[in-house]
Formats: sequence, structure tokens, C-alpha cells
Amino acid sequence: MRLNNLLAQRKTAIIKNWFTLAVETYPPDTASFLKRQKDPFANPVGKTISRGLEALFNELLLKEMDHETIISFLDPIIRIRAIQNFSPSQAVSFIFLLKKTIRENIKKGISEEQLFNELLLFESKIDQLAMIAFNLYMQCKEKIYDLKANEMRNSTYKAFKRAGLVREMPVDEPDIKPNINA
Amino acid sequence: MSELPSPDEFLSKIDHKPSPTGWMDTPVEIRRGIACHAAKPDRLEYVGFPNPREWSCFDEDWQLPENWQEILHKGFKERLDRFRSVKIFMDICVRCGACADKCHFFIGSGDPKNMPVVRAELLRSVYRNDFTTAGKILGLFGKKAKKAYGARELTLEVLKEWWYYFFQCTECRRCSVFCPYGIDTAEITIFGRELLNLIGLNIDWVAAPVAFCYRTGNHLGIQPHAYKDMMDFFTDEIEEVCGVRVKPHFMKKKADILFITPSGDVFADPGTFTCMGYMMLFHFLQEKYGLEITWSTYASEGGNFGFFTSHEMMKRLNAKMYAEAKRLGVKWILGGECGHMWRVVHQYMDTMNGPADFLEEPINPITGTKFENAKSTKMVHICEFVADLIKHGKLDLDPSRNDHLKVTYHDSCNPARGMGLLEEPRYVIKNVCNHFYEMPANTIREQTFCCGSGAGLNAGENMELRMQGALPRINAAKYVHEKHGVNMLSCVCAIDRAAFPTALEYWLPEVDNCGVHELVANALILPGEKKRTVDLRNEPLPGMEDEDDE
Repeated sequence: MRLNNLLAQRKTAIIKNWFTLAVETYPPDTASFLKRQKDPFANPVGKTISRGLEALFNELLLKEMDHETIISFLDPIIRIRAIQNFSPSQAVSFIFLLKKTIRENIKKGISEEQLFNELLLFESKIDQLAMIAFNLYMQCKEKIYDLKANEMRNSTYKAFKRAGLVREMPVDEPDIKPNINA
Repeated sequence: MSELPSPDEFLSKIDHKPSPTGWMDTPVEIRRGIACHAAKPDRLEYVGFPNPREWSCFDEDWQLPENWQEILHKGFKERLDRFRSVKIFMDICVRCGACADKCHFFIGSGDPKNMPVVRAELLRSVYRNDFTTAGKILGLFGKKAKKAYGARELTLEVLKEWWYYFFQCTECRRCSVFCPYGIDTAEITIFGRELLNLIGLNIDWVAAPVAFCYRTGNHLGIQPHAYKDMMDFFTDEIEEVCGVRVKPHFMKKKADILFITPSGDVFADPGTFTCMGYMMLFHFLQEKYGLEITWSTYASEGGNFGFFTSHEMMKRLNAKMYAEAKRLGVKWILGGECGHMWRVVHQYMDTMNGPADFLEEPINPITGTKFENAKSTKMVHICEFVADLIKHGKLDLDPSRNDHLKVTYHDSCNPARGMGLLEEPRYVIKNVCNHFYEMPANTIREQTFCCGSGAGLNAGENMELRMQGALPRINAAKYVHEKHGVNMLSCVCAIDRAAFPTALEYWLPEVDNCGVHELVANALILPGEKKRTVDLRNEPLPGMEDEDDE
């Protein structure tokens, strides 16, 4: 895989570019904060994205991507973007920006060494990543809907039920037949 | 390849890039998942608030009074004269940006209008336009000159922006810690919300608790008999766990102390376990030292959602605490684990409904300790009280009964930043637990991150907002979970206990949430108790299983 060698050589620059493009999906003032602040507790969003993108890129360079590893790094990023002010396509769009980063970074190498076929293969791996991201996004949204629906039930209703202050319909309902002659 | 659209060109066709314009030129977009439901008319009618009607923030027409601009202008002016702090906060900000990235909502949402400085600018821009000489003069040179000065007119668009963003602030005051001028953005939000209330713009998760609290004494509108029923149930539960039947006092005249806590502790998990903790502690103190502490179904709410509407409403709701203390003839008041109750008690109660000269200056009758800090308000925090008891060796404790828990402590915003309660809860936890781990320094104590649901934002419909707000706190909790195996996030606030279980379920389901006095009660050895095999949640204590079970 000559493409992989090329990508490995340019890894630092590619990850940096990808990170820049990903945080530029936020408004300009926010993007500059996400880039600038290095403390992981003062800037959990920036830190999660940078850590995740690096790990995801390393995974893409492997011959076989490990599904669980991908999820472990993609989930924290998607979990954040799923609750931020993004449309669904915006929330997962940062993955496709890797294609742009790669094309820009190794454009010359691809043409000179005729790596188009390898690039297509690599880009379909990125597409796979996007599909996983879409699944994760939906899981996060479903979780949010679940929390919205069940929060009161899980706190107040549960406490009242434990206290016997609300009664469910008894399972063994006495078998009373209606008196049809009445 | 150059003929093909590049991935970003492709993306730009299905979606747009973030607006490159500055905040003043970026129109407000009220989003579902962020905004809260509007207050229902009956809530406002009950307490005599203006403009009650059915409306929604997603409607085009907010059904405002015809002269809404005049009402707000007058309200603004009155408050500039009345609150010197607000006037100063409007004038002195130099927009240095020290606060900008300190807000949990900005960090979690990435929305620049959640930078505290911008949130304040929403009001300041109108202040500059309406109340400063420079604003008036520059106004003569047209909109451009005005804008360069940071001034703008109060239009409907601006009003909607106020409403949207003043209900995206939990008044936690983290930003104020970093402001070199000491500007308290919480006060700016309080001021902004007070203005909005003048024309009937409130959210139901604030207005409903206010009306219920005014009517029945607590946020959920639970009546006295249901309050008592819950406490009876806790009595049974405690007996099952410890073999001891506690006998709580209700409205006992001439009791030594009146205890007031948020109703959330009585009515919602996991606060209920903290409530059981208080009951066991009071039983211990009565049995061992003859101390009588009474509960009240009248003063059945420590929280004060009036604080999120107007100073006047806060005063009306707070009044019952002193009134009940006076009626019962107790010596002083003990307060439970609550957030904004303590902000109200510490910073407003004494001058609002005080002086409570019919109460005694609080002294711990068991240790003789004088609570100097509560000399004026006559109200002591339960963590101060219990820390004092532990310091003097007055409690019998077995911390190994919390060995199944690896605990960290979230400094609840109001007790930490609003009254400086930093050491006492830690002292208590370290004495009742063997495994305690601090979260990173820039996320605790004065710099604590809010739960993301305070100041009335713990509704269901704004779940995305709440998750944004909780992110920085849970991110720090995740760190100690991964590093030390922490499985319990403790706190001293009922809103925290309502907010964290949900936030943890989304961000960090491996960690649970509890109040400090649940931990105290697990460790507390009650006179005549049976061997404990389970904790207050009825979960088995490892290594202490019943012999029959082994």
C-alpha cells in the first residue's frame, strides 16, 4: 500500500488539518477557543475531537479497521455533536472533511504515483466511518428522547411507587362477571 | 479529479457553514431541545404576575402587551436606580474576555452567545442605546455609528434573544470568579429575567414551582398528608435496613431546631436516600443527646424558585421559613442539602425578611460550637453541623460500610460560590468513606462546574441544553472514574440530584449520584441497630452479607 506510506509520512499534518476543518464547523469565536485552549477540563469538546480524530486516522491506516476501537473514539465526538446546535448532516460532516484534507495534503503524490485506485479504497473506508457515525448519532438522539420521556418516571414516580402511594392495576384482577340480567 | 466537487463543496450544498458574522448581526434561532416551554397562564395568575396567557416561544406572535417596550424601558430604569450593582455591571465591563470561555454552556454548546460577556452584552447594548449620553448622541449619526459603540434598539428580535439566552444561564457564577472587575453575570441574568417577567415571559419549569410553592409550600404541590406519607414510608425502609424505627417530629412546638430541606429530597430519587439519611441522623442525636429537631410540612421547601422571577417573589416564598420558626418557637434553623436555598439564605434572607431577632444565635447544643457565620441569618448548613459533630467525636461511624463506593464530590455551585462551603462537605465525606478522590483542580471548589440544570432549567424539553451544560462537569467526573474507578458522584444540592442521574445516564452511565448525608447514614451506627447487610438503597454491602446467605 503505497498510499498508506504516503499518508503515514504526512500523518501529523493531515490530523492537524482535519482537526482545524472539524472545529471550523463551529462559529469562528468558538473555533478559535477550541483550537487554543489545551486544558482537557477547560475544553472538553476540543480535546475529545483532537484525541478522537488522531485515533480514528491511525485506525484507518490499519489493514483491517476494528469496529469496537472505531466506536470507542467516534462515540465521544458524536455524543457531543448530537446535543449541540447542529443538523444531523452537520453533526457527522467532519468525517467527510478528512477526504478534503487528504486530497489537499497528498495531491501531488497521488498524481505522480498513480494512486487513484488506492485512494478510492481508502475513501470508502472513510465512508464506512461515516455510516458508523450515523448509527451512533441516532443512538445518542434516541437516548435523549428516552431521557426526555422517562426522567420524571425514574425519579418522582419511582419514589412514589416504592412508597406505595401509586397503585398499578393488580395482575390478579378478581374475576367478576358482569350481571347481564340486571 | 478537479471536475468533481470537493467534499466540502458537496457538504455546502446540503448544509450551510456557521455564520461568519459577529454576534449582533447573527439573528437568534430558537431551537427545540434548547428552549423551555412557556409558563402556563394559571401559574402566573396565582401569584399575580402580569400578562398570563397561553403562548409558545415557537409562535411568531408572543402576545405581548402593546406597550411592552415602554414597560421594559421603565423597568430597566427603575432597576438601574434600585440596584447599584446592575448599573456598575452595565458600565464597567471592558470586554477583556476573561469570562468568555468559563461558562459550562459555552464550553458544552459552542454557541458564542453563551459566552458570559456576550450574554451581558445582550442587555448592555440596549442600555447603551437607551440610557447613556454617548448612545443618544451617536444615535443621531445613524445605525452604523450606534453599532460601532455597541448600542442597539430594543426590537422584538432583541427581546426574543434575551428570552432565549437568559434561560440558557444557570446563574452558577463561575464566570464571575474569573472577572477582574468582579462582574456577577448571574446578577445580570437575574436582572434580565426580572425584566422579562414584567411582560409575562417566563418558563413553566420556573413558574409552576413558584405557584405550587406559594400554594402548598413546595415545588411539586405535594400536600401535607402526602409529605407525611412519604416520611412514614422512609421510616419503614430505615427499619428494614437497620432494624431501628426512627420517630421524626412534625411541627413540634418548642423543639430545639427546625429543619428545612428541598422537597426534592422527600419526593424524588436519589434525594430520598439523602432524606432517609437526615432522619437517621436526627434519630441518633435524639437518642444519644436528647436533641429535638422538627420537620415542617408548612415550611416544606428550602428551594426558592421565586429567586428566578423577581426579588419580590423570592421574598414572598422565603418568608415562610422564618414564619414557621417563629410559630414553633425553635432556637434556630438547620438547613439541608440545597443549592439556591443557600444563596437566598446567605445573601438575601437576613435583609429581606429579617432580622430574625426572635431566634437565638446558633450554637451546637452538643458541642457548644458557636456558628459565627450564621449569627445573623440563624440558619446553619447541615454539613457545618455534622462536620462539627464529627470533629468533636460525637457520631459513631463505620466508614467501611461505604467501601463499595469510590466517591468524588461535586461542589454544588450555590453552596460553594454563594456561601463558601468548601471544606465541610469534604471533611464529612472523608470521615464516612474510605475511598474519596478529587476531580481536577480547575473543576472543583470555587471553580466548580455547574450541573447544567440550575436556576429553573431542569425541564425535560430542553434536554439537549442540559446535556451541553453538564458536559464539563461530567467530563471531569469521567477522568476520576477512569483513573481511580470512581463510581459515585456526591453533591449537596437537590437540583444536582435531579439533574445528575439523567446527565450521567447520557455521558457516564457507570457512575451514580448521591447526597452527602446518604453516605453519612450508611456509616452512622444507630443505637440498637441490627447488623447491616445492605446500604440505604437496599444494595448488598460486600463482605457484610447475611450469614444465612453465604
